[in-house]
Amino acid sequence: MIPVALLAAESAAPAPFALLPSLIAVPVLTAVFIALLPANRGDFAKAAALVGSTITGAISLFVLAVFEKGDPGFQLVSQHSWVSSLGLSWILGVDGISLFLVVLTGILFPIAIVTTEAHHEPKPYYLWLMLLMAGSMGAFLALDLLLFFLFFEVVLVPMYFLIGGWGHGERVKAAMKFFLYTMAASALMLVGIVSLAVLVGRETGVPTFDVRVLAENSDVLSHTAALLIFLSFATAFAVKVPLFPLHTWLPDAHTEAPTAGSVILAGVMLKLGTYGFIRFGLYLLPEIAHELAWIFLTLGVVGIVYGAAVATMQKDLKRLVAYSSIAHLGFIVLGVFAMNAQGLTGAVLQMVNHGVSTGALFILVGWVYERRHTREIALLGGLQGVAPIMAAVFTVVMLSSIGLPGLNGFVGEFLILLGAFSSARWWAVVGVSGVILAALYLLWAYQRVFHGPVSGDNEKMSDLKLSEMFGIAPLIALIIAMGVYPKPILDRIEPSVDALVAHIGQRVDGFSEQEPEPVAPAGVDELIATAEASGHGGEAEAQEAEEGAE
Amino acid sequence: MLEAAWLIPAFPLVGFVLLVAFGRRLGDPVAGWLATLASAGAFASTLVVFVGLVGEEGERRFFIQHLFSWVAAGSFSVDAGLLVDPLAVTMCLFITGVGTLIHLYSIGYMHGDRNYSKFFVYLNLFVFSMLILVLGDNMLLTFLGWEGVGACSYLLISFWFTSEANASAGKKAFVTNRVGDFGFMLAMFLLFHEIGSIRYADILTRASTLSTFAATLAVVLLLLAAAGKSAQLPLYVWLPDAMAGPTPVSALIHAATMVTSGVFLLTRLNPVLAEADTWSRGLVAWIGAGTALFAATVALAQNDIKKVLAYSTVSQLGYLFLAVGVGGYVAAIFHMVTHAFFKALLFLGSGSVIHGMHDEQDMRRMGGLYKFMPLTGFTFIVGWLAIAGVFPFSGFWSKDEILLYAWNADEIGGKGLWVVGIVTAVLTAFYMTRQVILTFFGRTRFYDATGAEITEAWSARIDAVRQEMTAAEVARDKAAEAVGKATDDVAKRTEALEAARGEVRQANAAVATSNPADDGHDKLVKALDKAVKAVPKAEQALAKATDGVGTAEAGVLTATDELDAAVARLDELKARQPALPPLLVTARTSAPDVSEVEDNLPESYRHRQEYHPHESPATMTLPLMVLAVLAALGGLLNLPFTSRLKVLEHWLEPSLFGHEAELSASAATKWVLAALALGGALGAIVFSFRVYLRGRMRPETFEKPVFAHAWYVDDSYADFFGGPGRKLFDLAAWFDRTIVDGAVRGTATVLSGAGRYLRVAQPGFVRAYATFIGFGTVLVMAWFLVGRLYLRQ
Repeated sequence: MIPVALLAAESAAPAPFALLPSLIAVPVLTAVFIALLPANRGDFAKAAALVGSTITGAISLFVLAVFEKGDPGFQLVSQHSWVSSLGLSWILGVDGISLFLVVLTGILFPIAIVTTEAHHEPKPYYLWLMLLMAGSMGAFLALDLLLFFLFFEVVLVPMYFLIGGWGHGERVKAAMKFFLYTMAASALMLVGIVSLAVLVGRETGVPTFDVRVLAENSDVLSHTAALLIFLSFATAFAVKVPLFPLHTWLPDAHTEAPTAGSVILAGVMLKLGTYGFIRFGLYLLPEIAHELAWIFLTLGVVGIVYGAAVATMQKDLKRLVAYSSIAHLGFIVLGVFAMNAQGLTGAVLQMVNHGVSTGALFILVGWVYERRHTREIALLGGLQGVAPIMAAVFTVVMLSSIGLPGLNGFVGEFLILLGAFSSARWWAVVGVSGVILAALYLLWAYQRVFHGPVSGDNEKMSDLKLSEMFGIAPLIALIIAMGVYPKPILDRIEPSVDALVAHIGQRVDGFSEQEPEPVAPAGVDELIATAEASGHGGEAEAQEAEEGAE
Repeated sequence: MLEAAWLIPAFPLVGFVLLVAFGRRLGDPVAGWLATLASAGAFASTLVVFVGLVGEEGERRFFIQHLFSWVAAGSFSVDAGLLVDPLAVTMCLFITGVGTLIHLYSIGYMHGDRNYSKFFVYLNLFVFSMLILVLGDNMLLTFLGWEGVGACSYLLISFWFTSEANASAGKKAFVTNRVGDFGFMLAMFLLFHEIGSIRYADILTRASTLSTFAATLAVVLLLLAAAGKSAQLPLYVWLPDAMAGPTPVSALIHAATMVTSGVFLLTRLNPVLAEADTWSRGLVAWIGAGTALFAATVALAQNDIKKVLAYSTVSQLGYLFLAVGVGGYVAAIFHMVTHAFFKALLFLGSGSVIHGMHDEQDMRRMGGLYKFMPLTGFTFIVGWLAIAGVFPFSGFWSKDEILLYAWNADEIGGKGLWVVGIVTAVLTAFYMTRQVILTFFGRTRFYDATGAEITEAWSARIDAVRQEMTAAEVARDKAAEAVGKATDDVAKRTEALEAARGEVRQANAAVATSNPADDGHDKLVKALDKAVKAVPKAEQALAKATDGVGTAEAGVLTATDELDAAVARLDELKARQPALPPLLVTARTSAPDVSEVEDNLPESYRHRQEYHPHESPATMTLPLMVLAVLAALGGLLNLPFTSRLKVLEHWLEPSLFGHEAELSASAATKWVLAALALGGALGAIVFSFRVYLRGRMRPETFEKPVFAHAWYVDDSYADFFGGPGRKLFDLAAWFDRTIVDGAVRGTATVLSGAGRYLRVAQPGFVRAYATFIGFGTVLVMAWFLVGRLYLRQ
């Protein structure tokens, strides 16, 4: 807690520059610390990782606390020239779009660490996890394109080793597929980044990778250049999201990854793709994003329906959750390319929701696997009888993932579809059908795993331990809190989203947000007036009629 | 007093939270009492609000309570807020009123269940969701309640989750309802897009600005939503299966409250319906009429006591849609309320029957229960008269109102709707009479041996004869063996005789050749003597052995006869085994004859003879009595005689904004229509008595297989989703595995050089990666330099 207090003192200064860097520095230092620990004391490594990630999480909450609600711009910016001759600088900043992804990363890591175990070689395991945390934080905070790219790439390495080293089954193959797939796509992005900086720099005379500067000046690009650069970005993000048909690395990686890896992969890393689409697609190159929106809307909707359909038929519980992620991320992409306040706000919120719900799902599936040593749905059954608490927790998480109102998943999904209905009607109509399919595959899986008579090895399965309940409790609390009262989150997301939409509006000719004009809310008086105008005065009139009859 | 509105949902919410936290510790029955108290608190709060609203003048009866801002983005914004008006309060009154009674009933019904407290957790959560559904001041909050009740319904249908059937029924309910939710969500989007808000106050006051097209589309989408939740064609299939849940759940959720949500939604948005094209309202009415008739025919042939009520519910909900479609909103709400009374009563009554009958649900196994459970029987009869539309019970008044409005709706084929309505009413009276007779009157078939038991007894009996046959076979074989032995014996004896005779001959010869003077002569004579004496002995033994063969042969004959007799008995027994008792039953159907196999009947049968159906405890019968009073007198809410007596109509008027249809029928027409409806109902009752009590007609005439199988609608769905539907999903999974991922793998193979190299290099991949990164960095630097140089030019 001491570091937080120190930071609090610092934050009184107008530019608490150390705040955001410390989100990256603390996990890096923790990793270094773990490297220095004796190899035979895995418990030390875990404790260190837990402390380091918790401190980082606490700092992220502190960032949330000091974040100015009404300010749409980047806050807490930390800017240092790095290689000034190249225009390369160290710029970190947070706005309403990245804020909750940073907080999500800060919360999800300690939970992933506390709810799972490294089954061998804990020291490198936790070391990689800490580097992963640093990389994820950096990617969400970076406002310099090259710096972003650096972090975007850096996260691949620890994830590669986590899957390859601590995964299940065909882990090496899955890790390789994951690595090559994402690496190949981001190589393209690097070309795009450099071309963008060079081409814009040539026009403005100032070489820079600063996103804010590039976004304001990217209209100097020729249409072809902008299109190619956008496509190079989009390919990298589409693989990361992943969008159909570039998604096949995901089920393999998810299924073979250790539980913590799956939690982080789904909860944090996939969001790099959708976040990238917003920050480095819509913001950086709004004209092209607008022009090509139909492609991504289509791919998003295909992902919703296709991911759900394929998820339904999976025989492996973890693979099923992995495919459900494809469907959920499809919703987010739909919201992003709806390009209006509701769609984008919903998309950002849904990124957080998906992290919480799917993270929790992976933790639960991991627990089932640890107890039963199988994820084969056909071999499970009747678990509600032997593990009622686990079943109850699973039910809440499942309902959240299905998008039940009152739980977190709904608000995001609703806003996305509402926004898409205004700007991309038919895509929204198809997207809504995903709501039916989500209920189908999850409830069917739940029925096969938890309902029915309990038999065989399932009879001996134990319920959640107290420590496990405490571990997952924060996620359950978030699922409920964000569903019942999302306003504090929406209030912080929205100004930045509005600014983004305004930015798009300025740059794209004939762009309209296509959302209805706000109406002055009607109240009781209007209702009364309408009732009166209908000429039916209730009892009074009845009496008159009666009297008239007499 | 209106400010107390927030207390209405708060009570069950607090109950829910307390039960989640402490339910298990409170246990049976305290947890149940706590839940009942929470529901009663909501009822009391509703009464307070009701009194407050009555205190206002007619059209001023609106009150909006803002709780907190819920979801806002861009121009979209909704609060967690409550809209209190006559419609909402009417709904709240019967939800909390009937809900409290059903909570009370459940205390007794769920007694001894291992998940007792969990049941009440769900029940309180349900009441909370249902109240939010009707009180929400915007469509999104209604949707929250809408989905919340759906989730509770899912959890409660699969409450006894160890049975696959229950689990499947729960899932089916949720997924089918989601199809309806598709319509609800799109309707919300559409209305937001057109009106700019989904707050009811905005929609209701600005509905007149809607284009006809938008309003019509909205009505169709809302109809889809309502058809899911209120189990209308073609989405009704989940409701009959939902009977897998505990009976109080069927009463509360699947009869009285949740399934009426669709009707509430359409009534709430009546100004939108008013703006829509006529055909869309006609669609609502005809879907309702079609469902009403369809479900009534199915109810004719159901044997499960709850299935009859389930299809009856679907049918009555169809009536409500019919009412809404023809603009008879008051009639719809009126019938919704009376239906809540009598259908909850009937369901709880059936639960009491099931409870007192050892979980038996098949009416063919009931009969004559009135004398065992008079309170249940009496109240059930009240419910029956109410649903059958017999004067002066509540159903008569509300159903009559609907039929009257149907008759009136000329622009959408009102006369046709009326005909469908009256046929449905006649069928309803018929099948409900059948239910009452089969359950409460006639012979008590509970003690009859069941088909399975009779089959079992006969097999036991036949097995006994089979055993006799086997025994006879064994005896015959033994006898045959004895014949063999005796024959052997004869041969041996014959040999012995020959030997004796030979010895005599030898001795004779010896004597003849020997010198009598010799010393040995005497000895030889003695030997001869002995040998001669041995011969008759051997002869005797042979004779005896020969006799033995005869005896043994006779034994074989006897044994063979016995075997033949046993085989004949078996054949005869098999021929005599009676056919199973008839599948169709009336009060007259006699008990299957089991006198021949009395001793062979299994334990279950004997066990049952000692068990007596019994009346349920007071926690269960008290709600029955209260509901019976309401079901009898519910008509008082809206008597048609004078305007002053139409209490409900005037009360609801502000919520309907003048969109209630105007009746043009003359007083004489009204009287004739009412008389026809009553006559039809009474005729059907008498006719049903003739069929099921007097046995004057065969029940086959009415219980057609096509009705029993619900016109094969559900089966077709199952065939489709289990067949081509599933194949489609399989195809998607196959496509993903083989085509999409195959393409990726194919590409990898094409790039085999790199691919193979990397695979080979796996162990040293860290190094490879480092090299790669290093190379990449150099590349980046190069790009920079080029860029810089380029820029400098």
